[in-house]
Amino acid sequence: MSRVTLRNVWRTYGEQVVLERLNLVVEAGEFVTIVGASGCGKTTFLRMLLGQETPSRGLLLLDGTPLAAEPGPERGIVFQRYSVFPHLTVQDNVLLALELARAPLLGRLFGRARRAAREQAAAMLDAVGLGAFATRYPAALSGGQQQRLAIAQSLVNAPRVLLLDEPFGALDPGIRADMHALIRQVWKASGVTVFMITHDLPEAFALGTRVLVFDKPRVDPQAPQAYGATITYDIPLRGRGPVAVPAELVRKLTPVAEAPAHA
Amino acid sequence: MPRLVNRHPDRISRLLLGLLPFLLVLAVYLLASAERLAANPNDKLLPGFAAFGAAIWRMAALPSERSGELLLWADTMASLARLAWGLGISAAIGLVVGIVNGVIPLARAGLSPFVAGLSLIPPMAVLPILFIVFGLGEVSKVALIVIGIAPVIVRDLQARALELPVELIVKAQTLGANTWTLILRVVLPQLLPRLLDALRLSLGGAWLFLIAAEAIAASEGLGYRIFLVRRYLAMDVILPYVAWITLLAFAIDWALRLLSRRAFPWFAASAGGGR
Ligand SMILES: Nc1ncnc2c1ncn2[C@@H]1O[C@H](COP(=O)(O)OP(=O)(O)OP(=O)(O)O)[C@@H](O)[C@H]1O
Ligand SMILES: [Mg+2]
Repeated sequence: MSRVTLRNVWRTYGEQVVLERLNLVVEAGEFVTIVGASGCGKTTFLRMLLGQETPSRGLLLLDGTPLAAEPGPERGIVFQRYSVFPHLTVQDNVLLALELARAPLLGRLFGRARRAAREQAAAMLDAVGLGAFATRYPAALSGGQQQRLAIAQSLVNAPRVLLLDEPFGALDPGIRADMHALIRQVWKASGVTVFMITHDLPEAFALGTRVLVFDKPRVDPQAPQAYGATITYDIPLRGRGPVAVPAELVRKLTPVAEAPAHA
Repeated sequence: MPRLVNRHPDRISRLLLGLLPFLLVLAVYLLASAERLAANPNDKLLPGFAAFGAAIWRMAALPSERSGELLLWADTMASLARLAWGLGISAAIGLVVGIVNGVIPLARAGLSPFVAGLSLIPPMAVLPILFIVFGLGEVSKVALIVIGIAPVIVRDLQARALELPVELIVKAQTLGANTWTLILRVVLPQLLPRLLDALRLSLGGAWLFLIAAEAIAASEGLGYRIFLVRRYLAMDVILPYVAWITLLAFAIDWALRLLSRRAFPWFAASAGGGR
């Protein structure tokens, strides 16, 4: 539900410039989808927003204040894999989120607080369609169900920003459509600001209120690491109805869009 | 006729095939024993089953003349108590230090090389030190087991903690965990089944150090007894004791495996159990 601002953000690894000159203002409640060639720095961008990595240069602001340099409860995340805790049942996975947020001493709630949290977790599970699987362990869930759980878990504490790194990349197309409906529904219901990386251009245009394209505008053939990727297209979609994917983008990113999903 | 690599035994033949080597060894022993006993009825090296039976009866069911105890059970209790203390303390150290090292980079930087160094000390070489410092009582025997296996468990659990996907650690923080609750609710419960695995792997070492310590200084215990009766070449006692120790080791291993399956049903099913 919050405004995210980037001011001239760079990220380098030694000599290699991965991202450069990122300037961006994202309003509260936007659904930003991010596309770009493999290895161009999308995950790096998301990890900076998450606080798992710090910018080499520049400023990252959340509602005007610099983002904490470590992951915290104001930013939720769903990874492509390993997003849920294997040692907890479905309901306990969501309950854990509430317990961690509310019980800093023991990480556990008791009595009435626990009952209230359980009810909240159950409601959240119903909302993502996992009510019937509450007592299963994640290992006994399908990939799509695991991602539903991951989304429920990330949203139950109402973070200000939700980050998604190819959350549906490993799912087959039929299930993806269900997941699109789900993510759109929870986004509308919560008003959270979403950043979602995808390799699927139609997905990016179908879900986002705004599509960011990451690409390298400058390439030095002698020193390929000298220049990084930046935001080359920033396409607003809100209020325009369904927008066709620009042919130019399809041409640019097709090898990527058709590449098999990978971890 | 299918190729050998494709021929799988059914349940019964698997059982029979599994028993076969045991039966073979037994048969060889009985033949050799019968041969020696035929040549010399007082032979002590390879006693027959009658001698074993008598020795087991004497050790397990008749009170000892000196102490009035049933020696086999007194020895078993003494050894198992030492083993339990050694394993328990090692598990506690392993869990605490392993988790702290695995999760907190500053602790790892400070402690990991130290633990690696400690684990290179041959435990038997410090046994005299233990006897000098702790005396000849129970403490030094337990301490030997701990010194022998705790560093291994620490390093194993540290490695297992580092193997936890970084995604899970990050995810917990985005859910509001601090370092302490992250350890308590995310890392510790996922390492408990791995601790049981580590304990099972270090059981062999624990028995080794236990028997060594008992052989050198003790007044009861399975290892003590074996080394005591060795003076009289009492193979009729030694061999049943060895078999009994083997059985105990097997039972403990089996119990730990069962505990792991029962208490952590998610472990076998998830990737952690498969690796
Ligand atoms: N820790 C690191 N050290 C050095 N280089 C890194 C590191 N992390 C990422 N990189 C480099 O940064 C570049 C961008 O990586 P990133 O994972 O952000 O790409 P991506 O756009 O998410 O790719 P994909 O679509 O394949 O997931 C890559 O060239 C990678 O080699
Ligand atoms: Mg990526």
